[in-house]
Amino acid sequence: MSTDSRFDHKIWQEHELCKMVEGGVPFPILSDAGGQIGRVYGVYDEPAGVDIRGRFIIDPDFVIRAMEVLTPEVGRNPDELIRQLKAFQHVRKTGEVTPSGWQPGDATLKPGPALVGKVWEVWKP
Amino acid sequence: MPEQKEGCVKAARGLIMPEAESAAPTGGAAQSQKEVSKMLARVGKEAPDFEANAFIEGEGFKPVRLSNYKGRWIVLCFYPGDFTFV
Repeated sequence: MSTDSRFDHKIWQEHELCKMVEGGVPFPILSDAGGQIGRVYGVYDEPAGVDIRGRFIIDPDFVIRAMEVLTPEVGRNPDELIRQLKAFQHVRKTGEVTPSGWQPGDATLKPGPALVGKVWEVWKP
Repeated sequence: MPEQKEGCVKAARGLIMPEAESAAPTGGAAQSQKEVSKMLARVGKEAPDFEANAFIEGEGFKPVRLSNYKGRWIVLCFYPGDFTFV
């Protein structure tokens, strides 16, 4: 989603994105002309009139689980997005929690009184 | 989603307030600052809903409502503009 119109999105897809991703990006490209939506998501830069780089993970209950906002000059890391998605999906399925740097397959933590002061026994950075 | 008759300007509903679900479309003067500030996106809170115009590969121009994706994992990305460098 950006403040560009849907017409801009179409031309961008057809002239540039399809040269980076075969068939073009497969998801909807949304228009936030005027920045009304970006304001509510906290990413609208008023003086510049654009939505800066913001990324939100929303779970199946429509609850925001993660947000990352960057100024425009640094791009995102899709690997980290996918890691977070997998972690939130794991947590939702199992009720376990995932420690710092967790990757699928790594040990998780089972929160409870028995774990207090004992995290060092089961997890090391 | 209704088929969109293509014109130069086609307003989407924009932000959709939860309590105004069946009332008139939100936006403009009707929407007070206070109401909007209650909607601010925060982790652990419900995502602010909206309907926006979109281009979808293979489908063309269509309005997209975020809450139509309820029940699935959603990644919503904002970026500064088409044809920008990063």
